[in-house]
Amino acid sequence: MRSFIALLLGTFFGIVLVKSEVASWFRIQKMFQFQEAHMYLVISSAVVVGALSIALIRALNARALAGESTSLKGKDFHKGTVIGGALFGLGWALTGACPGPIYAQIGSGEYLALITFAGAFLGAYGYAMLRPKLPH
Amino acid sequence: MDSILSPWPWYVAGPLIGLMVPLLLLLIGKPFGISSSFRHLGSLCSPNSKFAYLKENDWRKESWNLVFAGGIILGAFIGGHLLSAEAVLLLPAHYASWMGAFKLLLGGVLVGFGTRYADGCTSGHSIMGMSLLNWPSLVATLSFFAGGLLMVHLLSNLFV
Repeated sequence: MRSFIALLLGTFFGIVLVKSEVASWFRIQKMFQFQEAHMYLVISSAVVVGALSIALIRALNARALAGESTSLKGKDFHKGTVIGGALFGLGWALTGACPGPIYAQIGSGEYLALITFAGAFLGAYGYAMLRPKLPH
Repeated sequence: MDSILSPWPWYVAGPLIGLMVPLLLLLIGKPFGISSSFRHLGSLCSPNSKFAYLKENDWRKESWNLVFAGGIILGAFIGGHLLSAEAVLLLPAHYASWMGAFKLLLGGVLVGFGTRYADGCTSGHSIMGMSLLNWPSLVATLSFFAGGLLMVHLLSNLFV
């Protein structure tokens, strides 16, 4: 049941990523060149809806479907937040895809994104390898 | 029907993406995020890895994330083929070249390495983390943009 819901929600997310062109290299270029507001407005309105939802869930003390707690702790700050974040930004501009859109590009038929996917897998593996030596 | 088949405006897309936060949280009790799927795939492919980051990660407990990623592929197929009047072009034609392949591979490595080092991506930090009003996620998001601006305005000249 859980897996089925995860599959449905992923499908929904995939449709939105393609239909909003958030997974488009062209939209990402226009965002970083300040040529259009589309991406900024998508991200901002998503955060507004997300934040209002979180506030409501907290106010109602709602639990998840199977009774799981919905209390979330935010991620901690460390040096990687900035260094890793900036490295990701370089890759985002180069590939036109953040992690969700890598999967979306592949699904929509942009098979060149399989190269991006292979790179991301290698990159995560490289992080696992170098992690003990990196500043955190 | 036309409005479904043409690209969706921000005021439709943004709120729908924001809804991923309560939907995942209420339906399966998980925070929105997708870049950890690369870690889970690493753990899945090398169960006896000598790297603690992969070995100590119980991907089975987080298998929903891999199913979610599979769903994105399926949804993107539906969005691109069944719900679009014209063929969807998400990458530029000039990327079908050796230079393009190099950019995608290098960029992909940066995405995989960077999101794991930063502990999140546009989903986990920019949408989920900022929805929690968690300041490190704002710092992460600003760092994503700093990297992107640097690439588009300066470094991309190196790849001509």
